Amino acid sequence: MLNFLLSRLMTFIPTFIGVTLISFSFIRVLPGDPIIVMAGERGMSDERYAELRAQFGFDQPLVSQYWDYMTGVLQGDLGTSFVTKKPVFDEFFALFPATLELSLCAITLAILLGIPAGVIAAINRGKFFDRALMSSALVGYSMPIFWWALLMIIVFSGWLGWTPVSGRISLMFFFDDVTGFMLIDSLLSGQSGAFKSAVSHLVLPTIVLATIPLAVIARQTRSAMLEVLGEDYIRTARAKGLPPSRITYIHALRNAMIPVITVIGLLVGTLLAGAILTETIFSWPGIGKWMVDSIYRRDYPVVQGGLMLIAVMVMVVNLTVDVLYGLINPKIRKS
Amino acid sequence: MVETTQSVERPGRLKEFWYYFRENRGAVIGLYVFLMVFFVAVFAPILAPYDPTEQFREHFLQPPAWQEGGSWDFVLGTDALGRDLASRLIHGARFSFFVGVVVVVISTTGGISIGLLAGFAPKWLDTIIMRLMDVILAFPSLLLALVLVAVLGPSLMNAVIAIAIVLQPHYVRLTRAAVISERHKDYVTSAKVAGAGRLRMMFVTVLPNCLAPIIVQAALSFSNAILDVAALGFLGMGAQPPTPEWGTMLAEAREFILRAWWVVTFPGLAILITVLAINLMGDGLRDALDPKLKRS
Amino acid sequence: MALLEVRNLSVDFETTSGRFRAVDGFDLTLDPGDITAVVGESGSGKSVAFLAMMGLLPWTATITSDVMKFDGNDLRSITPRSRRQIIGKDMSMIFQEPMTSLNPCYTVGFQIKEALRIHLGMDRKARQARAIELFEQVGIPAPETRLSTFPHQMSGGMNQRVMIAMAIACKPKMLIADEPTTALDVTIQAQILELLTSLQEETGMALVLITHDMGVVAETAQQVSVQYAGQKCEQQEVTALFERPHHPYTAALLAALPERATTKHLPTIPGVVPGQFDRPKGCMFSPRCSMATELCHSTPPPVGGAEIGYARCHTPINLTAEEEA
Repeated sequence: MLNFLLSRLMTFIPTFIGVTLISFSFIRVLPGDPIIVMAGERGMSDERYAELRAQFGFDQPLVSQYWDYMTGVLQGDLGTSFVTKKPVFDEFFALFPATLELSLCAITLAILLGIPAGVIAAINRGKFFDRALMSSALVGYSMPIFWWALLMIIVFSGWLGWTPVSGRISLMFFFDDVTGFMLIDSLLSGQSGAFKSAVSHLVLPTIVLATIPLAVIARQTRSAMLEVLGEDYIRTARAKGLPPSRITYIHALRNAMIPVITVIGLLVGTLLAGAILTETIFSWPGIGKWMVDSIYRRDYPVVQGGLMLIAVMVMVVNLTVDVLYGLINPKIRKS
Repeated sequence: MVETTQSVERPGRLKEFWYYFRENRGAVIGLYVFLMVFFVAVFAPILAPYDPTEQFREHFLQPPAWQEGGSWDFVLGTDALGRDLASRLIHGARFSFFVGVVVVVISTTGGISIGLLAGFAPKWLDTIIMRLMDVILAFPSLLLALVLVAVLGPSLMNAVIAIAIVLQPHYVRLTRAAVISERHKDYVTSAKVAGAGRLRMMFVTVLPNCLAPIIVQAALSFSNAILDVAALGFLGMGAQPPTPEWGTMLAEAREFILRAWWVVTFPGLAILITVLAINLMGDGLRDALDPKLKRS
Repeated sequence: MALLEVRNLSVDFETTSGRFRAVDGFDLTLDPGDITAVVGESGSGKSVAFLAMMGLLPWTATITSDVMKFDGNDLRSITPRSRRQIIGKDMSMIFQEPMTSLNPCYTVGFQIKEALRIHLGMDRKARQARAIELFEQVGIPAPETRLSTFPHQMSGGMNQRVMIAMAIACKPKMLIADEPTTALDVTIQAQILELLTSLQEETGMALVLITHDMGVVAETAQQVSVQYAGQKCEQQEVTALFERPHHPYTAALLAALPERATTKHLPTIPGVVPGQFDRPKGCMFSPRCSMATELCHSTPPPVGGAEIGYARCHTPINLTAEEEA
């Protein structure tokens, strides 16, 4: 187990360095004088030009630029946004809870529905439920997520009027950010109707964002179960005269979960990508929307810093999933 | 001469593949739909009733023919600039196909070559290559593509290149894993003993046996490419208006979702149908090529 | 009454290129306490026949038989629930690959106690005691600690002992051992076989030993059936079979034993077992038989009577003068 952990850490560190290198070099890859490009059509005064030049250190040799960058990163200084003039690091963590709340709800929904669906499909292989489920899953990840969001808005917000179109909570509520999670904060605020508003704003984005992970988890669970059900030890379990439900849920499922956990870990990246589109459509004030807006506004420190932070976050999640995988799989835990 | 065996012929590989593929009705339907979309893409100028950029000032936001206010001149309705939706969709197929093909070609050739290299290379080179792939994979694919396009400048071609780069590590990993598992098998050793050089071993001996997962991945990449380019188009970073790319059409349509549902529904439906067909085919390919699922 | 009675058991599989007959007309009768061996090469259908009896074949298999009875239960028409009350309890099976036949996610103790709880309804203390007892019976040292180990932490031989312990946990009336030693080292093979025979003596259960190793057969069995390409070609009592085999295939198998070698080169049987695509029209063994005639190649041979060991041959060998008459 220790060896396993160490080897995972050994791959983490060079990858982290690689990520910072890419984020670092991104601005410097822009054609032309990067600072003029950053100014865009606004143009800038000479003092501003000198200021920015110093801020980015473009007059320094590349290596020391990178060194400054890295030391800044490790101390949590990722530059300042052009638009809001606030530190990128602070802005990121101010907006992060919104994305986290949405992503957690989405992945929870996907797991709660996807795994049982996959198991039932595997047991009833070839029958109606299996076909129906697999067809729906296929449609689910063949859809462009932004189109699906628009359709949902047309139906549920437009025609039916059940859900709001954008934002995290109705504008008439105002309370302090305790955790950053609207669900919790609205409950804590004690204002009547606040929680309901928070939930109704969360419903549609969650469903939209959960669609692809749900489809993937259901399919993966099904195929993992089918594979496990063909293994020798399942034959042994049958030869012992065990009831089929026990074989499925106790013997097979635990083994099938091992690859599925890996897949769930990989979905984090997909979730963040999906969050970009979902947040944009629902005007959900999270990191995804922040990144897209910053790209439009040429707020390059934000793009650079945000890119790096998101990548690091994905890496940390993957590392955690790897560790969890090592704990769950007895072959690794006890080696 | 007495007949000694009752002969049952061992099916050839292609025939065997087609047997399994054919069994999967979804896959066959997917194949036909895919071919249909391909046909539409190739013959778009002939099939489309109007030029996709031609504006009909009298007919802004006209509903589809079967709804009140619509007409059969513009079967699927028109968009906010009075352009015929059906013609735009038909021409959009060309872009989607272009995107899919180019992305798959670039990422497979690049990915396979690097993967073969990593599989056969000495440990240090292998490690460097895999770390590089890990770095690319650390970024969420759409985000990385988005930033790349922002750097290169928004256009369809840049979007295609960005997505091809982002999808490459999957091929590298697949190829490398397949190579590593094949490399120690006896037939590779015998090729080596018979004097096969490095390049020959890579491309002629080992690669054909690793193709199954790569083919399946290629089908998946085709559909992912279409989706990702549409997403970039939707964000304004892909094909630029007035290009009738399906994602870009959705971006233009966004403000009209509550007024003119057809401008939003049909382009998305086009994407869905195409991607669905390809994914069905990909599933069929995987089932037909995966030996473990075979019946005998 | 016989413990196990099987007449004319056949198993067909659906494949890409039509039906494949894996077992063709298998017969077997076992009384309580019998030890019988079923010998054959890979592809002879020896395992499939017993998997069919246990109900462990996949859905692509079609099982037909005239009689298939175990302990008074008709296995052809039995409900799945009733079948589950028999297998693992009165009729057990152990398999060839011990390393993959145990669930890697659970301890071996868990896997043994499961059977005790479900079939015998024992409580926790009783299960623990019985599990330890079983481990001692199969020769696993330090049973208390071993119960909480995982299969991958133990060797193949140990895992096979665990499998045997699991199989005899409910004191079965019949144990089917499907190539139990093939995947193990030679030294461990002897230990496992000895374990099986001593358990059989202790408990008086019937033992079916499926193997391709004639040497194993000689030491353990009372009756021997020889399978080839899904068909039974001979069945005799063990000493008689070894002294006077009546089917050319049996003779060839015996001749290939290293212990019987008389020349520098070990004799082999040329050719391979027919697969799905090259089934001979006549006798299944005819392409490889040194005594095959035109008749053998063209017509399937009849099954002989008990006096000639049910030999499926046009020209059975080693017949005494009176048998030839």
